[in-house]
Amino acid sequence: MSVIEQVRAHVKERLQQLDGVVALRQTVEGTAPFLFREGDNLDQLALEPQYPLAPVVSLLHKRDPAVRIGVVARGGDVRALVEMAKREQVDPERLHIIGVACTDDEAQDCRCSDPAPSIDAWPHAVLVGTPAQGAGPNPLVAEYDKMSLEERREFWERQFSKCIKCYGCRNICPVCFCESCALEDPLWVEKGVLGPPFPMFHLIKAMHMAGRCVACRQCELACPAHIPLTVLYDLMRRDVEALLGYVPGEDLGMGPPLSLTLEEAPLRAKVR
Amino acid sequence: MEYQNILTTCIYCGCGCPLYVQILDGEIVGVLPSKEHPISRGQLCIKGWNATAFVYHSDRLKTPLIRRGDSLEEATWAQALGLVAQRLATIRDESGPDSIGFLTSAKCTNEENYLLQKLARAVIKTNNVDHCARL
Repeated sequence: MSVIEQVRAHVKERLQQLDGVVALRQTVEGTAPFLFREGDNLDQLALEPQYPLAPVVSLLHKRDPAVRIGVVARGGDVRALVEMAKREQVDPERLHIIGVACTDDEAQDCRCSDPAPSIDAWPHAVLVGTPAQGAGPNPLVAEYDKMSLEERREFWERQFSKCIKCYGCRNICPVCFCESCALEDPLWVEKGVLGPPFPMFHLIKAMHMAGRCVACRQCELACPAHIPLTVLYDLMRRDVEALLGYVPGEDLGMGPPLSLTLEEAPLRAKVR
Repeated sequence: MEYQNILTTCIYCGCGCPLYVQILDGEIVGVLPSKEHPISRGQLCIKGWNATAFVYHSDRLKTPLIRRGDSLEEATWAQALGLVAQRLATIRDESGPDSIGFLTSAKCTNEENYLLQKLARAVIKTNNVDHCARL
């Protein structure tokens, strides 16, 4: 059975006991997230293109505190669900994960180094597909590392000056959920003024992503100005791992370091 | 519980980016870009991301308003359009067709824009037609 057929079979089986399963639905109009319910045409269930599904799960869990749903999730989705669960935005007990391992090509598209969802810690989960190796480190980060401090500042000034303040990077982000956002606070970001305050606009977002960014690349793909946001977030992830020993999305049982006290999450001595 | 995405076209400019409107139990809860569409390729500007923000907004007008003195009074479409037609005819007759200008919008369809310029040229008989993209 092909991967998509296996996924459809799992969804069909789980729909008998759940209120619905979040997955992509392909119609003549295109493909977008959808809540499949029992009796729906599962031939329309698709696996591409990748939309962040963790926010949809969160939306449904919050709307109805009793609803029990499933989700057809890629590696990036599961990592996002991990971080959302830690912040009480989704409820693992009410979620069945049908994990789909990405192919090598799909992993390259998202620059994903971890294309197989890790589902072991989830109470209800199954994995479909053969885990691929995943993409290597972002080549742009290696280039960035070679730059001097002055060159780095110029690099970001050039990149961020392209920003049209669409907030797409925040809107598409599967782990952005705050009801009031610092990027909409006139204290930090003046309304109706282009471009965004340099470098605060993007650095505020980056700081808030520390210990949260799951490297799904959705922000970069949603950016109409083609800012290489994964460079910024890869650097942030690298620092969080070095300083705090934390890889967002990896371990459902490990508390997010920036939400814990210093005793619970001691800083690593390895400050660079 | 019902959740789906409906494909539509952004109303804010002539680019006409396709976008999905997220619907939860019959209520609009957000917007998603269309990743497959060749125009926007999964990207939107701030207007597209907020294309549905007016739908439930408390300031949204739900009926035409007619200004009488200092106040705006609710009216029916027949009353509003009747008044507009009557005033345009009066102004045209008293001050000439070129005393009137028509401003149209990228939020309208091609057909609606065509009809407005037709109204300007064939009915009022002026070439004063312009568009919000130049304002």
